[in-house]
Amino acid sequence: MKEGWEAIIGMEIHAQLATETKIFCGCATSFGDEPNANTCPVCLGLPGALPVLNEKVVEYGAKAALALGLNINEQSIFSRKNYFYPDLPKGYQISQYDKPFSSDGELVIMTAERDEHGRAKDFKPMTIRIERMHLEEDAGKNVHEGLPETDKYSYVDLNRAGTPLGEIVTKADFRSSWQAYDYVNHVRRALQWVGASDADMEKGNLRCEANVSVRKVGEEKFRNKVELKNLNSVRFMQKAIEYEIERQIAAHEAGEGVSQETRLWDEKNNKTRVMRSKEDAHDYRYFPEPDLQPLVVSKEFIETMKAQMPELPDAMRDRFMAEYNLSFDDASQIIGDKDIAAFYETAAQASGNPRTSANLMLSEFVRELNNSGKRANESLLTAESFAEIVKTLDEGKINNNQAKEIIVESFNTGKSPADVIREKGFEQVSDAGAIEKIVDEIIKNNENQVNAYRGGNEKLFGFFVGQVMKASQGKANPKVVNEILKSKL
Amino acid sequence: MSIRENIEKTINNAEKLNGELNSFLSIEREYALNRASEVENLSDDASLKGFAIAIKDNICTKDMQTTCGSHILHNYKAHYDATAVRRLKDAGAIIVGKANMDEFAMGSSNESSAFGNVKNPWDLERVPGGSSGGSAVAVASGVVRASLGSETGGSVRQPASLCGITGLKPTYGRISRFGLVAFASSLDNIGIFGQTSEDVAKVLGVIAGRDRNDSTSADVAVPDYLATISDDIKGKRIGVPRALFGEGLETDVREAVENSIENYRKLGAEIVDVELPHAKYGIAVYYIIATAEASSNLARFDGVRYGFRAEGSHELREMYRKTREEGFGAEVKRRIMLGTYVLSSGYYDAYYSKAQKVRALVKRDYQTAFEQCDAILTPTSPSVAFKIGEKSDDPLAMYLSDIYTVSANLVGVPGISVPCGLSGEGLPIGLQLVGNFWSEATLLNLGNVYEKEFPLGAKPKVFAD
Ligand SMILES: [Zn+2]
Repeated sequence: MKEGWEAIIGMEIHAQLATETKIFCGCATSFGDEPNANTCPVCLGLPGALPVLNEKVVEYGAKAALALGLNINEQSIFSRKNYFYPDLPKGYQISQYDKPFSSDGELVIMTAERDEHGRAKDFKPMTIRIERMHLEEDAGKNVHEGLPETDKYSYVDLNRAGTPLGEIVTKADFRSSWQAYDYVNHVRRALQWVGASDADMEKGNLRCEANVSVRKVGEEKFRNKVELKNLNSVRFMQKAIEYEIERQIAAHEAGEGVSQETRLWDEKNNKTRVMRSKEDAHDYRYFPEPDLQPLVVSKEFIETMKAQMPELPDAMRDRFMAEYNLSFDDASQIIGDKDIAAFYETAAQASGNPRTSANLMLSEFVRELNNSGKRANESLLTAESFAEIVKTLDEGKINNNQAKEIIVESFNTGKSPADVIREKGFEQVSDAGAIEKIVDEIIKNNENQVNAYRGGNEKLFGFFVGQVMKASQGKANPKVVNEILKSKL
Repeated sequence: MSIRENIEKTINNAEKLNGELNSFLSIEREYALNRASEVENLSDDASLKGFAIAIKDNICTKDMQTTCGSHILHNYKAHYDATAVRRLKDAGAIIVGKANMDEFAMGSSNESSAFGNVKNPWDLERVPGGSSGGSAVAVASGVVRASLGSETGGSVRQPASLCGITGLKPTYGRISRFGLVAFASSLDNIGIFGQTSEDVAKVLGVIAGRDRNDSTSADVAVPDYLATISDDIKGKRIGVPRALFGEGLETDVREAVENSIENYRKLGAEIVDVELPHAKYGIAVYYIIATAEASSNLARFDGVRYGFRAEGSHELREMYRKTREEGFGAEVKRRIMLGTYVLSSGYYDAYYSKAQKVRALVKRDYQTAFEQCDAILTPTSPSVAFKIGEKSDDPLAMYLSDIYTVSANLVGVPGISVPCGLSGEGLPIGLQLVGNFWSEATLLNLGNVYEKEFPLGAKPKVFAD
C-alpha cells in the first residue's frame, strides 16, 4: 500500500448452515438436483403458506456463533427484508435486523502479510470484532442460459430458496487484504470444524463481501466505501481488495474521489467494476416478521451447546505447540483439517513420539490423502498402525525411507505395517553375532582404512558403517552396527 | 333427506340465488355431490357429516379456485388445503362453493371485489358489509348454515351485523392461518358465520387448535363449545364503554343496542361501566399496521410464478409494474402505497413503530377492562347496511365502518356479532361482544342465550326455500 495511506475493511460472510432441510420448511437442501425439485408451498411463496422455523437451524447457528466467539442472544427477532426479484418468491427475505441471533464477538486470528511469492512473513495474533451473526433464508437462482428461448425468457430455480444462512458481519477492523484473507480462512475452518457449515466457496455455501475504503494515516473521518461482491474464492477476494485499495488511493490522489457503490470482481480482467451506484440502493423497509414468534433460546440450551463444543483449532494448535513441542507452522498445518488433527493426536500419543509423528504425517501421509482425495478418517491406515510405524522406526528396526514406504503401502492396501515389513523384507538385523561377523570381514578386507582410522582419521567411521550396511543389504540395525564397529575398531 | 339430496338442494339454491346476490364466485356442484356420496360412508361420529359450508375465496381449497376476489389471481387454483379446510373435510363437512369478497379482504362493503358486488338479501340495493360479504350472504340467504370468512379489522363481525346473522372472530392463534391468504398477518383471523351461535360453535370446535404449520397458532386446549352454550348467564358481567356510544352512531343502532343491554340485564347479567381510553386511536393504528403488513404480504403477486401476468413487457421491472397495475384494484393499490410509505426509511419510527406502541396501550385498556367484566358490549357497526356506492368514493368514511371492531384485532381477543334488532327500514342491527383471550365459550354462550330469548323474528327478502 502506498505510504501515508491506510485501508479500512469490513467483511460480511454468508455461510450456509449444514442442515438437511430448509430453514422454514421441510424441503431438502441438497445441491445439484433437478430445478425446483426441492420446493413446497412455503419456499415457493404460494398464497397462504407460512414459515415454521427449523429447530436444527438454531442448533447449527449456535455452533457457528460459539465457534466465532459470538454471544448468543436469548431472544432474537426475524424481520422481513422487502425487495422485488424473481429469485425471491415472497417479495421479501426473512432475515434478522435489529435483534440478531448472536452479536458482540471477539475472534483472535493469526495473520501475516505475504511477500511477492505469496509466502507468509510472520504470523501474529489479531483480534477481530464480529458485530453479529444473524440467521436468514437464501434466495433462489435466476437462470439465463442453457435453456430454450433464453433470448426471450429467464428461468427461476427455487431449490436454494429457503436454505439457511448465517450472515457474519465484522467491524471494519481489517487494514490489509491479507488480514481479510486470513480471517475468511479462519472462519471457514472454524465453521467446518464444528460442523456448522461445509463452508465450501466453490459450491457457493460460503460467500464473502468486503467493504473497502481508504484514508490518509491519521485521518479520523472515513471516506466513501465500496462494497465488493462476486468474490468466488478467498484468493479472488484478496486480489479484489488489493486492487480496490490501490484504485481508491489513486482516485483520491488524482482528486477524482471515490463514489459509494457496489463493485464486482471481474476475474478475467483482474479488476473491479461497478455493479450499482448508491442512487440505486434499496430501501428494504425492514419490519418484524409477524408470521414467526421471537426466537427464544434458553440459557440451558446455550450451556449445552457450549459443553458440546469441541476444542477449537487455534486452541488445539497452541496446545500442540506446548505439549508436543511442534513448530507454529507444523501445528498450523496439522490443525488445518479436523480429521488430520484427530489422527495426529492419536498417533502422537500412541507412538510416544509426537515430533516424528508430525514429520511423517506432514510429508507422506498428507500427500497420500491429497492424492487419493480421501479424508483422514477414511484412511485404510489407522492412526494406531501409523503409531506402530513410528515406534518401529524409533526402535531402529527400520529406517526413515522404509517408514515412508510402509505408510504409502498401508495407506493404499490397508495391510498392517508388520505385514508390509515382512513382505518387503524390511526386518532389520539386530543380532549382534551376525553383525559381528560382517564387521570382522570388513576390518580384515580394509586394512589401510583401519590403520588410517586408528591413526586419527575419525571421518572414516562413516565409511565402515556404509560398508557394513552394504554387506547386509541395508538390513543391519544401524545402532548395533555403530556399537560393534566402535568396540572392534 | 339423504346427504346427497340435501347437498343437491343447497347447490340448487346457491345457483338460483347467485344471479341476484353474487355471493359465490364459484359453486362446486360436481365436487360437492361426489363428496356427498363419499361422506355417507363416514362414521356418524364425524361431527360435521354432510354439513354444507361455503368458504371465503381467500382460504385455500385444494384444486379449487382461490382468487381473493382479485383479478391478479383470477385463474389461480390452490395447491393445498388450508388447515381449517382440511379439518372441516375430515369432519365430514362439504364445501359447496367459494364466497365473494372484497379484493384481498380490503373493504367493508364488498364493492372492491374484482368480480362484482355482493348484494344484501335484506335489500338488494344495499351492501352486505365486508370484506367477507359473500360468506355472510351465503348464510343470511339461507343457502348454508355456516361459512368461513376472514377478519383483519372486522370483516366477519361487520357483515354479520349488516346481514342479520351471527359472526365470530376468535382469539388470534385459535384457528390456524395456514392457507389463509395473508392480508395483515398480525391481525388476520379465520372467522365463522352461522345462522345461530350454535352453528358457529359446531364449526369452531372442529377447526380450532394448534397447527404446527402456523407458528402463531396457540397450543391452548379446545373446549367443548356446545357443552356450555346454553348455560345460565346469571351473574355474567357485561362491560359497556359508554364513551364510544357517541358521534357517528346511527340512532336506530344506538337504540337497538341500548335495548339489548337492558335485555341482558333481564337475563340476569350484571352491567358495568368500563373505559377504553385508547380505543379512539384504533382506526388510525389499524390502518398503519394493516397496510404496512399488506404491502409486504402482497409483494408475492408479481406475475413471476402464478396468477395474472401482464402481456407485452420487455423487461423485468416493466413486467412487475404492469402486472401489479393491471392486476390489483384501486383499494388494494391504495393500501399497498400507504403501507410502503409507513415502512419507508425515515418514516418507520413516526408511523409503524409509534402505531405498535399505541397498539400496546389499546391492549392494556382491554386487559384492565377484563378485570371488571367478562365481555364488552358495543354496536358491531355504527350503521345498518348502506347503499351500494354510498361510501365507495370516500375511503375514510368506509374505514370508519370498522370503528367498533378493529380493536379486537389489534389486541388479539375474540369478538362476536349477534343480531339484536331491526332498524326503522327493517334492516338488521348487530350487537358486539368482545371477550378476553380464549373466551370464545363465554361469547357463544352469551350469543346463544340472546338469540334464543330475543330472536330477530324476520327474514331477508331473498331467502332460500
Ligand atoms: Zn419448501
